[in-house]
Amino acid sequence: MAEPALSIRGLTKVYRNGFHALKGIDLDVEQGDFFALLGPNGAGKSTTLGVVCSLVQKSAGKVSIFGIDTDRDFARAKYHLGVVPQEFNFNQFEKVIDIVLAQAGYYGMSRREALPRAERLLKDLGLWDKRRGSARMLSGGMKRRLMIARALMHRPKLLILDEPTAGVDIELRRSMWDYMRRINREEGTTIILTTHYLEEAESLCRNVAIINHGEIIRNTGVRELLAELDTETFLLDLSEALEEAPRVEGFEVRQVDRAQLSVVVHRGQRLNEIFDALSQQGIQVVSMRNRANRLEEMFVSMVEQGNAEHAAAVGAEARA
Amino acid sequence: MTPTQTAIALWTLVHKEIKRFTRIWPQTLLPPSITMTMYFIIFGNLIGPRIGEMDGFSYMDFIVPGLIMMAVITNSYSNVASSFFSNKFQRSVEEMMVSPMPNWVILTGFVLGGMARGLGVGLIVTIVSLFFTRISVAYPVLTVGVVVLTAALFSIGGFINALLADKFDDVSIVPTFVLTPLTYLGGVFYSISLLPTFWQNVSLLNPILYMVNVFRHGFLGVSDIPVGWALAAIFTFIIVLFVIALWMLERGKGIRS
Repeated sequence: MAEPALSIRGLTKVYRNGFHALKGIDLDVEQGDFFALLGPNGAGKSTTLGVVCSLVQKSAGKVSIFGIDTDRDFARAKYHLGVVPQEFNFNQFEKVIDIVLAQAGYYGMSRREALPRAERLLKDLGLWDKRRGSARMLSGGMKRRLMIARALMHRPKLLILDEPTAGVDIELRRSMWDYMRRINREEGTTIILTTHYLEEAESLCRNVAIINHGEIIRNTGVRELLAELDTETFLLDLSEALEEAPRVEGFEVRQVDRAQLSVVVHRGQRLNEIFDALSQQGIQVVSMRNRANRLEEMFVSMVEQGNAEHAAAVGAEARA
Repeated sequence: MTPTQTAIALWTLVHKEIKRFTRIWPQTLLPPSITMTMYFIIFGNLIGPRIGEMDGFSYMDFIVPGLIMMAVITNSYSNVASSFFSNKFQRSVEEMMVSPMPNWVILTGFVLGGMARGLGVGLIVTIVSLFFTRISVAYPVLTVGVVVLTAALFSIGGFINALLADKFDDVSIVPTFVLTPLTYLGGVFYSISLLPTFWQNVSLLNPILYMVNVFRHGFLGVSDIPVGWALAAIFTFIIVLFVIALWMLERGKGIRS
């Protein structure tokens, strides 16, 4: 069996101020996977990825990239790794083309090899026309795409994207999704993504780990996770306003406003039953959507449960 | 990395550094040229003739090597200090940290960049000095050797300063409060033989005195201190500071959390 693209064992990070950011996490990401690492702010996502790409020093544990132990040969492991961080981390005063070519140079790529690669990536990401301009003149979305182009210059087999679409408009986000899907599917690049847009994780990723308070609280396939959803809430837009919410046997129906209803559907219930019941009462539904992203509902419930357990554990520790 | 890849990485960094200070030449190359021209006019041309000879040479001839060395020291130091700190500040240092480039390549790249600026400015000051006096070089190899070593030493110093700095103020404190006084008191404008014995002995604790004197010895053939001893001291300082800087980089001092 092929080595995992990323293997983490017992990873621990304690900052100098005593903050226990990671509490011995284990994680495997298989080759070719599109993997989401989710968690609330401060959960330990960026610290984990920071350790993997050597920006954060671990306190204990092992990290292997394509079977290469980073304690033994981090330099060789780094050849397989491309990183797109959360914050812009390039010299804003340099030209776009210089930024990507310099990155190739740091990996030992000759200019002759790097130039066509840079041209292809900048064209793919819609930055070719901006190549002679200073990076500070780019829009926020363009800066994010520049960091993706830079990370791909040396053809990494594992791409780490730390909130790559934060602050990017919907149209651009969709085009970035398409691009990420393409390099994952066509080039076989393993992608690890952290994001706050759970719709993004649901749409792109096959597997997911949820981290909270420095611990992995769930690591499974996205489909398996969604299959565990007990309830889902739908919003129904009506053709005409109603004075009050209709009663439908077996469903929890509430009025959001006069022309919109929310319906909680439990696992095993069929949407047809709702539509039939509403039709019998002369109520016409013109459109329907999820109230929240499905993964988001699951995520929020898991994190809330985790937070409650954490608070209880901290309380017990304090009492002891 | 293979030796070829390492060479490409090092050249990339050096090329980037040279491009940086040449792109902002009004901030990096022009000011020292103007300042040194002022020194030549005021101290060399106007005040110098009234001072008379120093160590058997006209005052202008005496201060030329010192002023060149002063320009090399301050520019080598400040180039690396400001460039590396700027990389830290903008987080573009992460570009290098996530790459397989060894730490010694990162350090050497910045040091060579600092040396390029220091020596470039030194060359400009030398050219400016030709408008004021005729320069003769008694020992060319020694002259070039000592200025190159000095540029390397202060570039490494600037790198350590940038690693330790948390804010922009921190990269100006050492040049302002340490380098400038030591340079002015390092025999740029006078021979230490003019000082009382006590202050001569105190001056011998100033490392810059040795560099200025050896450099002047290369030009004029005169020195206040033994040349061989001074060269050995400069070389030792370079090795010690390089090892310290590399150790700090390996530990991630100031760049890794």
